Amino acid sequence: MKFSRLIFANLFRKKIRLILTVGSFAIALVLFTFLAVVRSAFNRGVEIAGADRLVVVDRVGLMNLMPISYDDKIAAIPGVKAVTHDHWFGGVYQDEKNFFPQFVIDVENHRQVYPEFKVPDDQWNKFAQDRQGCIAGAKLAERFHWKVGDRIPIKTTLYGGAIWEFNLDGIYHTEKADGDQGQFWLQWKYFDENVPSVIKSTAGWYIVKLNSPDDAARVAKAIDEKFANSPHETKTETESAFAGYFAKQFGNIEFLILSIGGVVFFTLLLVTGNTMAISVRERTAELGVLKAIGVSDRAVLFLVLAEASAIALFGGVLGLGLALLMIPGISGALTGLLPPLLLSKPMLSFGLGFALFVGVVSGLLPGISAMRMRVVNALRRV
Amino acid sequence: MAIPIIYNVRSVRARWASAIVAVAGIAGTVGVFVAMLSLAKGFRATLVSSGSPDNALIVRGGATSEMTSGVALDAVKVIQDAPGIARGPNGPLVTAEAVLMAPIPLISTGTDANVELRGVSSNVLEIRKNVRIVQGRMFQPGLAEVIVGKNANKTYSGLTLGNRTRLGKMEWQVVGIFDAGGSSFDSEVWGDAHLFAAAYDRPDTFFQSATVHLTSPEALTQLKDALTSDPRLNVDVTREIDYYSKQSTSMTRLITTLGGFVAFIMAIGAVFGALNTMYSAVADRGKEIATMRALGFGGPSVVISFLIEALLISFVGGLLGCLAVLRLNGLTTSTINFQTFSNLAFAFKITPGLLAEGIVFALVMGVLGGFFPAVRAARLPVATALREL
Repeated sequence: MKFSRLIFANLFRKKIRLILTVGSFAIALVLFTFLAVVRSAFNRGVEIAGADRLVVVDRVGLMNLMPISYDDKIAAIPGVKAVTHDHWFGGVYQDEKNFFPQFVIDVENHRQVYPEFKVPDDQWNKFAQDRQGCIAGAKLAERFHWKVGDRIPIKTTLYGGAIWEFNLDGIYHTEKADGDQGQFWLQWKYFDENVPSVIKSTAGWYIVKLNSPDDAARVAKAIDEKFANSPHETKTETESAFAGYFAKQFGNIEFLILSIGGVVFFTLLLVTGNTMAISVRERTAELGVLKAIGVSDRAVLFLVLAEASAIALFGGVLGLGLALLMIPGISGALTGLLPPLLLSKPMLSFGLGFALFVGVVSGLLPGISAMRMRVVNALRRV
Repeated sequence: MAIPIIYNVRSVRARWASAIVAVAGIAGTVGVFVAMLSLAKGFRATLVSSGSPDNALIVRGGATSEMTSGVALDAVKVIQDAPGIARGPNGPLVTAEAVLMAPIPLISTGTDANVELRGVSSNVLEIRKNVRIVQGRMFQPGLAEVIVGKNANKTYSGLTLGNRTRLGKMEWQVVGIFDAGGSSFDSEVWGDAHLFAAAYDRPDTFFQSATVHLTSPEALTQLKDALTSDPRLNVDVTREIDYYSKQSTSMTRLITTLGGFVAFIMAIGAVFGALNTMYSAVADRGKEIATMRALGFGGPSVVISFLIEALLISFVGGLLGCLAVLRLNGLTTSTINFQTFSNLAFAFKITPGLLAEGIVFALVMGVLGGFFPAVRAARLPVATALREL
């Protein structure tokens, strides 16, 4: 590491250029992480879907309701571990802008089907006893500053327009940080008592937990066959296919954001690569002197690459740091429109690796030409 | 005294490589800026053009969209007799509509999309005057026939003229294709409201909304007062155009927030690129600048000259960026409408105003990137710089 001081001195040779190049790198990294985070938010539903779960909906369309009696019939199919049913409540809390998903859940089986949602036992038991009880995700409770014991009024839009009041009995968390912590649950029994008679004794969709993910295709087929030629035929899919059905409809927008952003990302890389090449070219004479006093070709290449990687590393760390600071703000601005934007560790390390890779690549060409340079030609410029 | 502009043009030409990098950076930024805004504008325009100021939409009180609304047949009868509603040859111009959703595969990916089905009254074309049949004919009331919007026809599989398709529990024949002037109706499938209800096991006496044609745009207040004060009804009355512009707010906010952030970050990057180019231009030209100063050009003229050079570069960048995305104008794409969860096709809409905004954006970046290098150029000490000659 006898060159470290030389590398350092070279870096600070032109301060403005160093700042600008490091800055460009940082900007490119911010953009990169932002795009990656948005992409993952669009696909969140697919990514967190359980491989061992199936979703059963009415074949005619998602809006058609199915009889509640399907519960036991599905549970009787071999390979099924547990069945639960959900309804979409679709109410409004205070203002339409405060959108969050509200699910009418089946208290008996919900926990077996969704073990990733953790509710403390005492809170869950209280909820199970309380007809007007509800449970909110940690992120949702944080968003509206709810605490256990609060009374939450929700105006229904689908079921008559009245205001229903709920007691917040518990708050659920997920093990993984990127889990969905923005749901609101209420009891099916309370729901069933209060809705118009056409909606009584129905389920919006069923969720089936399997003994093993390998059974998915067989069980899905068995369920659909069981209800074939009945008034309510079913369509059974894996949870990820079901989530993908929504994600794919966004498809075009996501593709547009990514392709446009991608083009610009490479433009920024072009800018940084160009500056690096210029700064090496400027120093041809100095490198010639180094070689003349006996520094090996490889060491010269190493010098150039080390400088390029140092700039990339600075820029990369700075950019990721900025992204970490900015993303919560952007995520807040999009509350209710997209799932929370999260920057995961693999994304961070990939970003850093990518920055280093670009740094090395942009230093490679000028470095090789510096290595091959003939001392006589280079010295002529001194 | 001003330095001739031809000097800047020639100097950009002499340093073309680094100028190209700066131009590319600015062009990319402006391109994304304009594309994102045109996307948001197009989405908004599609929904807003669906509504007409002459029409009023009636939904259940408190409903946030047609999807969450319900209007019973009795209520529709009351509405038909309300004041302020225009009358046609066959009675009041009211269409009571059943809005449903059907999964139909997209031609592009083969995966299902939620397509909005709208059961309408037979006089619907008298009420929605922006809709006209361009191929085939109107459906016959009481028959299992549908007409499809021109975007639905192009986007979803099986909705071609003359084809039979299964929706709900019935087979339907596509008998016509309609053009709704690029509005959200173009992504819909229309048929007889009673038959749609039957095919989807819905009660025949229940609709999602009623749309009425007003005698004049001012008649809305009269109608609204009459309906909201009627004890038999619990409805919200909105001008159709307001209903649709409200529907577009979430998606417009999503696109502008995401796009705005990306454009902002890129703008910083592009300003860095411009700064780099201009600083190296100043560094390379120490002698030239000193010569000009020695000849009698003042500091301010040097600053202006360098700013002009930066503006020149950014203007070319902005122009290229605009030209590159101009091809997107009119390109149709589709996404999900948050308010109804249905699939909606819409087109990029690039207006002259938007292009002007793009160019202004480029020039702002040029000024930001050119100002500091220009000041540095003006401050170069003349004597030391000349000594290097």
